[in-house]
Amino acid sequence: MGLLRYESQVRPPLVDGDKDYHQVTEDICRPVEVKPSKLWWMGFLISVVFLLFGVVSVTMEVTYGVGQWNLNKTIGWGWDITNFVWWVGIGHAGTLISAILLLFRQGWRTGVNRAAEAMTIFAVMCAGQFPIWHMGRVWMAFFVLPYPNTRGPLWVNFNSPLLWDVFAISTYFTVSLLFWYSGLLPDLATLRDRAKLKWRKMFYGLASFGWTGSTKHWQRHEALSLVLAGLATPLVLSVHTIVSFDFATSVVPGWHTTIFPPYFVAGAIFSGFAMVQTLLVVTRKVLGLEQYITIEHIDVMNKVIVLTGSIVGIAYLTELFISWYGANPYENFAFFQNRLNLSSPYGWAYWIMMGCNVLSPQIFWFRKMRRNLLVTFFMSILVNVGMWFERFVIIVTSVYREYLPSAWSTYYAPTVWEVGFYMGTFGLFFTCYFLFSKYFPVIALAEIKHILKRSGDSFKEKMDDVEHESVQEFAEVHSHDHGA
Amino acid sequence: MAIKKFIVGNFDDETVLFPAVKKVRKAGYKIHDVYTPFPIHGLDSALGLRDTSLHTAGFIYGITGTATAVGFITWALTTDWPIIFGGKPFFSLPAWIPITFELTVLFAAVGMVLTFCYLCQLAPFVKKDHFNPRSTDDLFVLAVECTSKTNESEARVFLETLGAKDVTVMNKETEWWLGRYDKDDTKILKIEEQIS
Repeated sequence: MGLLRYESQVRPPLVDGDKDYHQVTEDICRPVEVKPSKLWWMGFLISVVFLLFGVVSVTMEVTYGVGQWNLNKTIGWGWDITNFVWWVGIGHAGTLISAILLLFRQGWRTGVNRAAEAMTIFAVMCAGQFPIWHMGRVWMAFFVLPYPNTRGPLWVNFNSPLLWDVFAISTYFTVSLLFWYSGLLPDLATLRDRAKLKWRKMFYGLASFGWTGSTKHWQRHEALSLVLAGLATPLVLSVHTIVSFDFATSVVPGWHTTIFPPYFVAGAIFSGFAMVQTLLVVTRKVLGLEQYITIEHIDVMNKVIVLTGSIVGIAYLTELFISWYGANPYENFAFFQNRLNLSSPYGWAYWIMMGCNVLSPQIFWFRKMRRNLLVTFFMSILVNVGMWFERFVIIVTSVYREYLPSAWSTYYAPTVWEVGFYMGTFGLFFTCYFLFSKYFPVIALAEIKHILKRSGDSFKEKMDDVEHESVQEFAEVHSHDHGA
Repeated sequence: MAIKKFIVGNFDDETVLFPAVKKVRKAGYKIHDVYTPFPIHGLDSALGLRDTSLHTAGFIYGITGTATAVGFITWALTTDWPIIFGGKPFFSLPAWIPITFELTVLFAAVGMVLTFCYLCQLAPFVKKDHFNPRSTDDLFVLAVECTSKTNESEARVFLETLGAKDVTVMNKETEWWLGRYDKDDTKILKIEEQIS
C-alpha cells in the first residue's frame, strides 16, 4: 500500500513546521473555537454597514424604478452588468482551484481550495443580484423560468444567450455549493467531535449530517469528489463562455467578437485568483495559518496570475489587430476611437485596463516579487480594478457610440444608488466571508492530512530513505492491489 | 434492536493500520468498519469492499438531464408554440447546446449528491456512532464485531500485538445503518496461528 507516497525532494513542502495529524486539527480548528477578535468584529461590522447601504440603494431602485440609475436609451447596460460580469469572473477561481487542479493532481490546492470555493459561492451570490434587480419589476423575476403559465403557455426563448445565462449561473451556483459542502462534511464532523459547548455540538452535529469517516463513506466521497470535479471543470469554462455570448452573439461593434469565450475565461481566472490572493494574504495572517497557506502557495498563484494576465493581454492585442485587419469602419471606430484614443471620453478607462491587466502583472516574472506579500496584496487589488475596467470598457464604450450618431449618448456616470448597489455587494461578499472564516474551517482539514506525509515539512526527510531504495523494492513495498 | 459487542482498536498510524486490517481479516474476524480522519487509498479493497457504483449513477443522471433538456426544448419550440427567431428553423439544435450541457451537469451533480447522502445515510439531524470521537481527528479506529465464535480476550491481545494503541470493548445497539462487510461464518484461526 502506498502510504508513504514518494514526492521529489526538489518540491518544497506544502505544510511547514513539525506537524502531526492532531496538530493539524488543532491549528485549523483553533480560529473557529476561540472568541472572535476585535479585528474580526470591526471587519464584520463594516461589511454589514456596506450591506445595509446596498439594501437602501436597491430599495430606492425598486421603489422608483430603474430610472434611479443613470442608464439611458443607448447605454442600457452600465455599471450594473459590468458588476455582474466582474463578480461572476471572480467566482471562477474557486471551482478552478478545487476541480481542475484536483484533476491535474496539484497538491498545493489543498491549502487554499476551501476558502477559494467559499469565495466563489459568495461571488456568484453577489453576481446574481445584478441581473435580478436590473429587471426593475423584480417580483416578476420568475418569468425567466420555463414554467407552465397562463399566457399560452408562452415559453422562454431557449435560443437566447440571456436565457443560457440563467441556466449557466444557476447551475454553476448549485454545483459549486454542492461540491463545497460535500467537501466540508468531514471537517464539520471534526468540529462536532471536538465541540464542548452545547450549541456547538448541535450546530456542527446538524451541519455535518452525521458523518462518521467510515471506509465505505470515504470511498463514495472520493468517487463523488472526482466526478463532481470532472463535471465542474467544463462547467467553469462554460459559464464565462456563456456570459461572453451575451455580448458576442450581438451585432454591436466591439461585442461581436469570436475571441470572447476564451478571452473571458482567461480574464475570469485572472481576476478570480487575484481575489483569492486578496483574501488569503489577510486570512493566513489573521488566523495564524502561515504554515498551511505558505509563501509557496502565494508564489504558485502569482504564476497563474501572470499567465492568465498575459493571455488576456494577447486577447486585447488580437482584438485590436482583427478590428484593423477586418477593415469594418464601425469596428474600427469602436476600437480605435472609442477605446484606444486617450482623448475620447472613455479613453482613460481603456488605458487603466491595459495598465492594470497587462503591464502590471508582468512584475510577477520575478520570483522575489511573487513571494513578496505586500506586492502580492497590492497587485491583487490592482488586477481586480483592471478587470472591472475591462468589463466597463467592453460594455460602455461599445454602446455609447454605435452605428447612428443621432443615437450617441452623452457621458455616462453612475448615480449614488448605482454605486451604492455595487458597494452593497461588497458588503454581502465580505459579511459572508467573515461569517465563513469564523464558523467554518478555512482549510480543508482532511485533505491537508491526506497530503501531510507526502508534502509535510517534517516528513520530507523520510523521503530521503525512499530515494535510496531500489525501484523494485520501492514498488513492492508501496504498491497495493485494487483487486478484492 | 439488538445489542452488539465490539472490540475497538485505535491506531495512530495508517502504516500500522494497514497490515493490521489485512491480518484481522485473514484471522477471520468480522470487521464492522474502519473509521479514518481522511480517505486512505486502498483501504476499501483491503477491507474487501466492492467498488462504488456512484459513477454509474452519475452517468445515468447526466443522460437524464440531457434527454430532459433536448426533449423539452424540442417540444416547446417546435410543437407547443413554434416561434421564428431570426429566421432560423424551429428545430435549431446548436442554439440549445448551452442549456442542454448545463442541465446535464446539474442533473448529474444534484443526483449524485443526493444518492451519496442516501447511500451513506447522511442528513441533518442524523446521529451516528463511530466508537471514538478522535477518529475524525487523528486516530484510525478499527471496530471488530463480536460474534458467537469470537474470543473476546484473544481478540484484544491480537489487536494489541498488531499495533493498536488502545483496545476497548464496547456494547452498541445496532441500528439500520450498521453495515456488514464480511460473512458471519468465516473461520477464526487459533491465536497461535494468528500471530505467526
